[in-house]
Amino acid sequence: MIHARGLVQTFQTREGRKKGEVRAVDGVDLDVAEGEVVGFLGPNGAGKTTTLRMLTTLLRPTAGTATVAGFDVVKESEQVRRSIGYVSQSGATGQFARAGDEVVDHGMLYGMSAADARRRGQELFGQLDLEGLWGRQPKTMSGGQRRRLDIVMGLIHEPTLVFLDEPTTGLDPQARANLWTHIADLRKRRGATVFLTTHYLDEADALSDRIIIIDHGKIIAADTSDNLKAQVSGDLVDLEVADPDLVAEAAKRLDSIAETDSDGRDAVEIDGNHVRARVQRAGKAVPGLLADLRAADIDLESIEVLRPTLDDVFLTLTGRSLRDAESSAPADPTSKEK
Amino acid sequence: MQFLRESFIVFRRQLRMNLRNPAWVLIGLMQPILYLFLFGPLLKPMAEQLGVQNTWTFFVPGMLVQLGMFGAFFAGFGLISEWRDGVIEAERVTPASRTALLMGRLWRDLLQLLVQALVLVGLGYWVGMDAPLGGVVLGVLLTLLVGGACAAASNALALTTKSEDVMAPVINVVMMPVLLLSGILLPMTIGPDWLQRTSDFMPFRWITDGVRGSFLGDFGANGVMWGSVWAVVLFAIALWWGTATFRKENA
Ligand SMILES: Nc1ncnc2c1ncn2[C@@H]1O[C@H](COP(=O)(O)OP(=O)(O)O)[C@@H](O)[C@H]1O
Ligand SMILES: [Mg+2]
Repeated sequence: MIHARGLVQTFQTREGRKKGEVRAVDGVDLDVAEGEVVGFLGPNGAGKTTTLRMLTTLLRPTAGTATVAGFDVVKESEQVRRSIGYVSQSGATGQFARAGDEVVDHGMLYGMSAADARRRGQELFGQLDLEGLWGRQPKTMSGGQRRRLDIVMGLIHEPTLVFLDEPTTGLDPQARANLWTHIADLRKRRGATVFLTTHYLDEADALSDRIIIIDHGKIIAADTSDNLKAQVSGDLVDLEVADPDLVAEAAKRLDSIAETDSDGRDAVEIDGNHVRARVQRAGKAVPGLLADLRAADIDLESIEVLRPTLDDVFLTLTGRSLRDAESSAPADPTSKEK
Repeated sequence: MQFLRESFIVFRRQLRMNLRNPAWVLIGLMQPILYLFLFGPLLKPMAEQLGVQNTWTFFVPGMLVQLGMFGAFFAGFGLISEWRDGVIEAERVTPASRTALLMGRLWRDLLQLLVQALVLVGLGYWVGMDAPLGGVVLGVLLTLLVGGACAAASNALALTTKSEDVMAPVINVVMMPVLLLSGILLPMTIGPDWLQRTSDFMPFRWITDGVRGSFLGDFGANGVMWGSVWAVVLFAIALWWGTATFRKENA
């Protein structure tokens, strides 16, 4: 459904008199098969929106090629537009318009008749729990309702490929969970291929068959969530030692079952009363460890075993946590987010 | 055909949103009335100095052009808030013609201008303007072209700057010389020689003269011809610019 090779986008920026160049997307290759739900994960400013805007013909690639739904995004942009639905990061409806009018007009711009657009729009309002909001102004809707209205706009012409840019950003947990079921429905109900961007790990995990991770404009990994997590060696075992004097002793015991990292260095980390290390198949190794500790008279306040998360994957790949990457990301001067 | 249909969809949406705002309708209708009844008395004494036969026939064309330019210059501001809502991007992702996305908006601006022009001309006749109908039709047509040009340029500027704060000073800078050198309210012929020469380089001056000439029924005059030429040229350039910004991948 999507095949991209070497996509690049550079933006000219200006700070006072100084001119600069931002390489927002830096040689991206992508392959998405029909019927797949793919999560495009990366911190803010990684280049997700820019990649999406190239794939949806809104932005001409500086370099590289892409075919979407079988058409070239530059040479056959009109056919691409006809085949895809796009739910942008910043919404799609006028604040003061009426929801139903916006949906019908949008459908008509795709060549649908007014009657078809209305029928289809009302059907989608039903499916996305927007009954009774046909005549409402988007500015009077809740964030979740507005986001679902954006999705209605993106689906009005029944596209087989749907792009969703940060569909749940800024929503409360309940509205997010609700929207997730609707996104999962896109494939279940209409067999659509879905390409969604997110900077939420849980969202990528919950919704996608496959995850593509982007950082600084480059793809750094692409695989299923399970395979990605398997790249991280082992589960995290965290011991809280009761007696501070015995922390070093506990670390030695933990080290006996811990992974050594690729440089062969000791991978046990000591942090106050806590001792942490990655352990292969922790479920099997931990009972032995506990017996070992008891024999040495080392009491524990607590023990935790954590399965690897996508954040660990990101950390392994980039050396920083996705959450840190988030807060250190440069402010986006052109951001339309409210 | 498809182009007209798409333009109409955009036009209808714009008009629907504007009509829902009573302030927009009211201000739009009040403008020509205020021009005529607040400016008129001020200009009357000037008419004698200029040796004009009918004050209204002389001043209504100027007011018309001013109405056309001013309203249109500000058309782009609405576009910026639409862009912020994501509406422009949503329209650009449909297969609709980029020109239609602009054209639908221009039609709205032109309709507004046409209604205002009809009110102004109607009131003008009522207070004693003496102009041939054919001349008035041509004059209004030229005004619509100028207004369309300004609206297209304003839309293009809006999509390029994407910020009211950047756009407002730019418009002020542009409007100043246009207003002073167009002879909109007073003909440039009463100014000193150098000012007249300078105003020769101002297309809007030719258009104002053209509209004035056609209201006087003076179709053979150079003014009407050059005014028409400039109106068409400006309209074409602005339309091209406006479409280019809607087409542009970065908008
Ligand atoms: N129109 C633009 N002009 C200049 N820089 C831009 C523009 N759009 C995006 N950028 C920059 O490109 C980078 C990637 O942005 P974006 O694709 O929006 O990231 P994401 O969607 O992953 O948060 C950021 O550094 C951003 O500041
Ligand atoms: Mg983004």
